[in-house]
Amino acid sequence: MMKKAVSFLLALMLLSVSAAFADDSNSMKEDGFSTSYSYNYDYWGDVQMSPDPYRVETVIDSTTLGLENLENTRISKPQGIFVRNSDIYVVDTGNSRILQISYRNGNAELKRIIREVNGAEPATFKTPMDVFVDEEENIYIADQDNNRVLMTDKDLNVLKTFVKPTDATFNQSSAFLPTKITVDVAGRLYVLATNVNKGFMKYENDGTFTGYIGANAVKVNMADYIWKRYFMSREQRAASESFVPTEYENMYMDDKGFIYATTTVFSEYELLSDTAKPIRRLNGIGNDILIKNDRYPPIGDLDWKSESLQYGPCKMADITALKNEIYVVVDRVRGRLFGYDSQGVMLWAFGTKGSMDGTFNRAIGLEHMGYDLLVLDEMKNSITIFTPTEYGQLIYDATDAYLNGEYDYSAELWENVMKLNANYTLAFRGIGRSKLRQEKYEEAMDYFERAHAREEYGRAFKQYRKIWVEKNIWWIILILALILIVPLLIGRSKRMKWEVIMHEHGKVHK
Amino acid sequence: MNTEKFTSKSTTKTGPGRTTTWLNRYGQSLKYALHVITHPFDGFWDLIHEKKGSIAAANTFLALFLLIRVLKLIATNFQFIMAPIQHINVFEEMGSLLLPFLVLCVANWAMTTLFEGKGRFRDIYMGMCYALVPYIIIQLPMILVSNMLTFEEGSFYSVLLNFSVIWCVFLVFVGLMEIHDYGPGKTFIFLIVTVVGAGVILFLMLVFFSLLSDAFAFFVSFYREIVFRLN
Repeated sequence: MMKKAVSFLLALMLLSVSAAFADDSNSMKEDGFSTSYSYNYDYWGDVQMSPDPYRVETVIDSTTLGLENLENTRISKPQGIFVRNSDIYVVDTGNSRILQISYRNGNAELKRIIREVNGAEPATFKTPMDVFVDEEENIYIADQDNNRVLMTDKDLNVLKTFVKPTDATFNQSSAFLPTKITVDVAGRLYVLATNVNKGFMKYENDGTFTGYIGANAVKVNMADYIWKRYFMSREQRAASESFVPTEYENMYMDDKGFIYATTTVFSEYELLSDTAKPIRRLNGIGNDILIKNDRYPPIGDLDWKSESLQYGPCKMADITALKNEIYVVVDRVRGRLFGYDSQGVMLWAFGTKGSMDGTFNRAIGLEHMGYDLLVLDEMKNSITIFTPTEYGQLIYDATDAYLNGEYDYSAELWENVMKLNANYTLAFRGIGRSKLRQEKYEEAMDYFERAHAREEYGRAFKQYRKIWVEKNIWWIILILALILIVPLLIGRSKRMKWEVIMHEHGKVHK
Repeated sequence: MNTEKFTSKSTTKTGPGRTTTWLNRYGQSLKYALHVITHPFDGFWDLIHEKKGSIAAANTFLALFLLIRVLKLIATNFQFIMAPIQHINVFEEMGSLLLPFLVLCVANWAMTTLFEGKGRFRDIYMGMCYALVPYIIIQLPMILVSNMLTFEEGSFYSVLLNFSVIWCVFLVFVGLMEIHDYGPGKTFIFLIVTVVGAGVILFLMLVFFSLLSDAFAFFVSFYREIVFRLN
């Protein structure tokens, strides 16, 4: 008996060990990355191939702009891009100039080359890094190696110059090197400057520096602290890194005046636990108010191998925010774009590295024009313009409709999305919500289960259960009664039998 | 009256044929689990010393335990469990419970024999299997119940689940105490020692299997070399 049991258990063990090696990873390369151009992550964090949400409309480069014939200077190492109305502004850093390109219906035309301004000394730029244009078409230029941010009107007459603050909070021995700029509706300027780790520098619209916002909290590791404090000599301590907060990579101001910022300085292990926060949305006092209601935080790719620089986690080079708090980030490591909705749910991901249209060498800037996306590549020296496909547009429209309260129309659109991509979680959730409103609880439950929406499933199930109980109340009472009565009857009959036996026993003994 | 009741029962025991006797004993030992989990101190002692339990019943409980683990992953409502159905391998799931269970039993036996433990391996295995019974009788209905609750009512569900696990742990503790005739302090120490022992066993197994695969690889390459030379 015993031997048999043990041999059976051993056999079971061996079986289980051999079965453990079987794996079913699809659409993944050996290094864990997706092989498909467009994809999405399902509830389990697995890559699911998806239809393309965007297609390449056109690629703007020196040739299409006619720059070779005009001046014989090709675009070189562009660093910044900005869109105002139908004009694209590209900071051609390598040539110290700014290109103003008008773009309409897939046709790009060079409008103006800005290489100097009127009324500032020096009048030309030295390593310009970023440009911003406000609604009155005043132009802000981050002129990095001239240590200034210029504000000019649309005819390039200088209105204001923002320079190094004389404030004590700014280290006076280091230079003022603005890299990224943005301006809010009140004309306040926010500057991301190299070597400044206190957050964004904030200037009032009269040019005075008023402090920093959005500084990262300094993280001190207890062990590190004790080691540095008690076991290092003063010289060692001075030579080692001090505890400094991380710097930002890029920023974008949305139409509500919140700053979307990305950072690329973090430890990998902090990503999935959401302590790294590579994407943030800062309010007026610099707190991160980005909503994260999905199972995974918005960090781009969920899988990565970290052996080399190519294979690390996503490093978001730039961010832009569309309508309805949908935001898009571009990853410079693998040249991918990720779209997220206002709840932090990934809408789509696409892109890869390469030299074809629609792929990137080193994406550095991202902007949008309506729902079109513009990606600046500093190695290809080009701007790739993407237009939503039917699938991509349906996702936006469905989100729009839901936020506008047109729930049934939204569900209709989600159903179309589902026809194009049967692995799209948001579509199931959207349809489920509409079914719930129409009081089709059983159908709603089915959709919510597919979307792994627990709370919403619970809501539908509660109603379904209520109706079910009301319908079957008599059966329930009957079954409960049977459960209570039958054992009672059995007990009684047993006792009676027993008494009969005892009675007869008694007779025999007598 | 009492004695007569007993005799009437015993007459059925020595009834027709051997198989019925065995089945009867098996049934009795299964039923005895209910006594063990409600009266652990008494129950575990009699389980071993009065031969109230059987290995067959113990095997049954272990098999049921594994079955319910898998059933739980498959049939529990998705609101209460995060199980990637598409990635679940039933054998892997069972093996990942069975292997530690057996290794821990072996480790406990190995350690306690050296330190005046009264239990044989058979006793330890049987006792530990009987200690799994609360898990079986609570978790099985809970699978059904999970399909009748909403996400917000989940606390009821999780409390009962935790209760079943705590009950099992308590039974393991008392069971080992009674099987080895140890005091509570000594039992606790030997629980820790058992875990360490299990670690050592796993390490040795790892070394053994890696050596085995190396040896296997050697013979394979040896064979290939010969075939290569002969051709």
